[in-house]
Amino acid sequence: MTGAALRLTNLACLRGGRMLFRGVNLALAAGGGALLTGPNGVGKSSLLRVVAGLLPAFAGTVERTGSIALTDERLALDMEAPLARALDFWAKLDRADGQAVARALDAMALTPLADVPVRMLSTGQRKRAMLARVIASGAGVWLLDEPGNGLDTASTALLGAAVAAHLAAGGIVLAASHQPLPIDAPVTLALADYGEEAA
Amino acid sequence: MRLLWLLAARDLRQAWASAGLWLPVAFLLLVASLYPFAVGPDAALLGRTGGGMLWIAALLASLLPVDRLVTPDRDGGVLDQIALRGIGEEMVVIARLAAHWLGFGPPLMIATLPAAALLKLDGAIIVRLEIGLLIGTPALAALGLLVATLTAGLRSSGALAGLLALPLAVPLLIFGAGTLGDGSGAALKFLGAASLLLVAITPFAGGAAIRAGRE
Repeated sequence: MTGAALRLTNLACLRGGRMLFRGVNLALAAGGGALLTGPNGVGKSSLLRVVAGLLPAFAGTVERTGSIALTDERLALDMEAPLARALDFWAKLDRADGQAVARALDAMALTPLADVPVRMLSTGQRKRAMLARVIASGAGVWLLDEPGNGLDTASTALLGAAVAAHLAAGGIVLAASHQPLPIDAPVTLALADYGEEAA
Repeated sequence: MRLLWLLAARDLRQAWASAGLWLPVAFLLLVASLYPFAVGPDAALLGRTGGGMLWIAALLASLLPVDRLVTPDRDGGVLDQIALRGIGEEMVVIARLAAHWLGFGPPLMIATLPAAALLKLDGAIIVRLEIGLLIGTPALAALGLLVATLTAGLRSSGALAGLLALPLAVPLLIFGAGTLGDGSGAALKFLGAASLLLVAITPFAGGAAIRAGRE
């Protein structure tokens, strides 16, 4: 994942006839992290989706080196499948190595739940399962949308450790949150209404 | 190819887990067992009309799984996660079409055998019916998937899917039921042409629909 890079230039997003943000500039090199802050509805999730390429940018450009992994509020794991197999599907699509899922489960303290069907997992466990999917993907750029929601103190520490390890390995983290997160983020990008960006 | 296999295998597993595979089969058998009650036990009448009746049943059965084809994966974020990995929506639809047909076509063709016995169809008609279904079920699967991609995310998408699919399915019904009484094979060729057309456009139209429905 070395060589990951992310550069947003003058990015703007228009949704439902409303300008969510504009003039967002951000440059992250390998090992760089950024925290998106701002009140509800200011466009944090939309910015992540624009960066992920799932929404078109109204203006500006996204330049990205390295593959991406995204967590949002949707689980995207097969409910009836055991957790390890549900994660395995994505790991195979990502061509991750055979131990990637086991390592990711271990990093999120989910190993004892590997054989439990996804639908039986609690809210916090599901959130950790999503993070395990991100870890197992081996992607260079992590886009985390409210990764700390529903996590208890111990799990929040696991999240912080996973993010720190990813940054140390030369990855990039762009996280949106309205809660303080244990992310050692050198860049904070505050989205205010009409996008008077702080970074 | 590996990608296609991974996606299709998951789709098939999902269909199996959701028990949706039995729905079209049960529907076809139910219709076949109800039909003699409605028109009476006249074997000649049943034999003459039963084949067409089974085509209607197969057509309506193809609408039953439409709800679960695209909407759960769209709402669950699975389609977005696949797109993140640079996999085209067309590939997703091709894999889903293959998986959907495998879970829908062959079971329906097998269920046609007991259904044909209930309707006292003779051997020659059963053979034509099975050949027609072999050619026609990919088209029915494609049509179901196409309307599923178009209506994914809309309210009361199930009813809308029926309204969208049934007019488009009319050629399939005409040519499919036409093969039963037609010795020249022309209806079979038209059925094949309609089937090829639907299977060919579904990946592109469905892929575009998934992209357009993303917000």
